[in-house]
Amino acid sequence: MNAKTLGLVLALTLALAGISAFAPAAYAQQDPPGVDAHGQLTNPALQRRFEGIVKELRCLVCQNESIADSNVELAADLRRQVREMLVAGKSDDAIFTFMTDRYGEFVRFAPPLTAKTALIWGAPFFMLLLGGAIVYRVARQRSRMPIDE
Amino acid sequence: MWKFLLPVAAFVAIVVLFAFGLDPKRDIRALPSPLIGKPAPEFALTDVLDASRNVSNAAFKGQVYVLNVWASWCLPCRQEHEELLAISQQHVVPIIGLDYMDEREKAKQLLEQLGNPYSFVAYDTDGRTAIDWGVYGAPETYLVDTKGRVIFKFISPITQEVWEKEFLPRITAARSGA
Repeated sequence: MNAKTLGLVLALTLALAGISAFAPAAYAQQDPPGVDAHGQLTNPALQRRFEGIVKELRCLVCQNESIADSNVELAADLRRQVREMLVAGKSDDAIFTFMTDRYGEFVRFAPPLTAKTALIWGAPFFMLLLGGAIVYRVARQRSRMPIDE
Repeated sequence: MWKFLLPVAAFVAIVVLFAFGLDPKRDIRALPSPLIGKPAPEFALTDVLDASRNVSNAAFKGQVYVLNVWASWCLPCRQEHEELLAISQQHVVPIIGLDYMDEREKAKQLLEQLGNPYSFVAYDTDGRTAIDWGVYGAPETYLVDTKGRVIFKFISPITQEVWEKEFLPRITAARSGA
């Protein structure tokens, strides 16, 4: 091998190395750091938190599914967002706040108890009390009735 | 008296409640945007027509502008496209396009075939800008005031009626308030 071909081979190798170094950057769908090829977070504790969070977030395209169950692109984008925030060391609260700042309280399956959501949280107990009161009254009335008319 | 009035009152209350719930004009999928009254999220993306050109809504800071989220795959967007063209010809307000979950080539083709009503169209490569704006479908249209705050969000295609009733008065108010 003479010096010229050696130079050519060297140049080609360097060029290839250069391309392969930049190739991942050109990929929009590249796995973010801390995430393996199956989309699982490499840190099992983070993965556990991830699974909890995505079950609590509503997919806004198919409104009765969580983003854990939904296959639509928006849900995938939001799962990516949650993963990245977990890897970046964000707390669960910070992630939920991020989502509600953008999509509103509706994005959460269990909205926090506030003046606005008091009706939602209170309604079951109110219904129970109301039903109980009605049953109590009816039962008392019956017990006062004579057995044979 | 109570025995009679109470069931009637309960019945009327339920009828009123159901009348609200079943209102055919109400879009049950439309959600109130928490962004209303908040600063419009800034973005730095590339132009859908020219990948080497950087675009940002910061270019319209201090102006009232419209941000329209659309995509070539979105059929209702095509329905509203003609209306957007008509609006853009009136030169009332700049319209920024945000191309959502799309392929650049397809979006380009559509604009070349049907006309381009936008001042520029930002290409949302990975959906991050859309998340910042709380986008959950297309089309969605936002109105931003002179202070850079989002003042209105409209979900579903814009029609002439919607433009005249919902947008124009808000644009006038936003300008006179500044």
